[in-house]
Amino acid sequence: MTMTLQKREFFMGGNFACAEAAIAAGCRFYAGYPITPSSEIAEHMSRRLPQVDGHYVQMEDEIASMAAIVGASNAGLKSMTATSGPGFCLMMENIGLGIITETPCVIVDVQRGGPSTGLPTLIGQGDMMQVRYGTHGDYETIAYAPNSVQEMFDLTVKAFNMAEKYRTPIFVMADQIVAHMTDRLVIPSPDELEVIQRKGPSKKDPAFIAFDFSQDFPPMALAGEGFHVNVDSLTHDERGYPTTNHAVSERMLDHLVGKIRNNADEIVEVEHYRTEDAKVVVVAYGSTSRSALRAVKEARRAGKRAGLLRLITPWPFPEKEVERLHAKKIIVPEVNYGLMEHPVREYASCQVTGIHHAAGALVPPEKIYAALMKA
Amino acid sequence: MVQTELVHGVEISEKHPRDELLRSERLPHIWCPGCGLGIVTKCLVESIRRSGIPLDRHVVVSGIGCTSRLPGYLNLDTYHTTHGRAIPFATGLKIANPELEVTVVAGDGDIFNIGGNHLIHAIRRNVDLNVFCVNNFNYGMTGGQFGGTTPTGAKTATTPYGNFEAPFNIPYIVAASGAPFVARWTTIHVRQLLKVMLRAFQVQGLAFIEILSPCPPTFGDLNNFADAYAQMEYFKDYSRVDDHADLSIIGLTMKPPDPVFVGNFVDLRKPTYHEMERDIIHKAKEARK
Repeated sequence: MTMTLQKREFFMGGNFACAEAAIAAGCRFYAGYPITPSSEIAEHMSRRLPQVDGHYVQMEDEIASMAAIVGASNAGLKSMTATSGPGFCLMMENIGLGIITETPCVIVDVQRGGPSTGLPTLIGQGDMMQVRYGTHGDYETIAYAPNSVQEMFDLTVKAFNMAEKYRTPIFVMADQIVAHMTDRLVIPSPDELEVIQRKGPSKKDPAFIAFDFSQDFPPMALAGEGFHVNVDSLTHDERGYPTTNHAVSERMLDHLVGKIRNNADEIVEVEHYRTEDAKVVVVAYGSTSRSALRAVKEARRAGKRAGLLRLITPWPFPEKEVERLHAKKIIVPEVNYGLMEHPVREYASCQVTGIHHAAGALVPPEKIYAALMKA
Repeated sequence: MVQTELVHGVEISEKHPRDELLRSERLPHIWCPGCGLGIVTKCLVESIRRSGIPLDRHVVVSGIGCTSRLPGYLNLDTYHTTHGRAIPFATGLKIANPELEVTVVAGDGDIFNIGGNHLIHAIRRNVDLNVFCVNNFNYGMTGGQFGGTTPTGAKTATTPYGNFEAPFNIPYIVAASGAPFVARWTTIHVRQLLKVMLRAFQVQGLAFIEILSPCPPTFGDLNNFADAYAQMEYFKDYSRVDDHADLSIIGLTMKPPDPVFVGNFVDLRKPTYHEMERDIIHKAKEARK
């Protein structure tokens, strides 16, 4: 196939698209520790950030990387890191710090097989529960699962926008296949690209409350702006002061959880392919959804009423979308031993079967097709 | 207007003269009687006030532990982060906004045990941070367990038969890692502490101060210091001021008559992370033209 690239069209790898998206979304601080299959993001950022007065800092580990991006964001720069499973484990501690201090930042996890150092560098989707429940305590998660090079770009931009709006770490749960895939990418011109900046307090407001739990998205004061904020990793009150008071602790947690739960309908994104009349629906995400789409199309050609529900946001879980399915059976193929199968089962009103294919390879379309035809 | 009254002929003020720099609504603090952290707070507040750097530009970052509670009492931009991670957090803050005067105040457990790797890398990068490490020789907040700074032989909550591990010699490691400024003082050296903190604000690059402090109910109690006063007496009587001390021999036993070497051991000018990064950004932009 020959293809002429237009001015804003590129032939690009997924990780490069992700890094370009970060720059386009206004990211000016990257702290990370190299790990395959995410390393191209670090490499590309180390080249691109200095060109735009940004900062690339290579930290001593992923614990420090996560701490540094939370710090940089509190100084006012849009910040990110990228990693894979083993590094994601180390980031859990300061992901919690980002959540409790309500600090916007973006974490890209290019998943590979695990547990432990596992399968460098073959695909895995084994971090889907870790992203939701990995750091301790109560919170909600916003995570995107790109399935193409174009989505590596689009969803990374969206992740930055959502981080700025929701004042919380946002995750791009990529995988080795989508990160190392090279494909056509259209980069919108800057005036076509929606870029959101965090709200700041009014400079003159002496009654500014640093952590106003009464609003979902309170403005954020930055270091050096003169508001003298205390930003605390301990459970804190509206002034940011540590507390062990039950009522205040509850207020803080209600706010942290509520700002995402109350707005889940706005956050949740899915893609339907012929689910309206489908008797059997595949629920898939990330690069597995590409295999699933092919299997569903072939099953349709063979006369099967099959459909695909693709989870663009695995978290918050698109529970209403699953509840609305009229299928007799749901199939959940994953490159793990059945992680997202659990929430699907929780909201489905029919039989749910997983296809577990955690051997470091994409779920083959034939395997999904066979399951569809058997249903 | 500060309200004052005379009690037994002594002028008692409603407000402390440094109250503008304290979140007085958060007092009393959580520290034990005899703890050295009050003295450290006093010196830090006074040095910040005298630094000539606008208060709005001062940022104080900490990790977790008794010392790490200190920034929360300061009426500045303050960041109380996770255990051991104050330095990488501060690295992010400082690189993102080099105009900030960023000071890390944390304990020996935070800086040298759980966060030890972060410290040596921040020194290697020469990020322009002030790192004030209050060393009380044990984990005070969790009840006085031993750590990487506990002298060999010392008793703690988890070395009931005596510590058989060797402690870090803090200034030696920090100097060997390449810090341009390294000092050690104790909480009895109030004037010197104040002066050295002021110097740290002027240092270009990472300025490190080890501050030895009593921990009366835990380390002190189990290691032959009858009270905080006894530990301060030890600091007073056995301190040896020597800016040119051989750093390889200044490890601490905390046992009289062994000396406590104090002083401003290293004071050099080295290019900072910010200066070196600025050159790279310039080069990257030139190459793109």
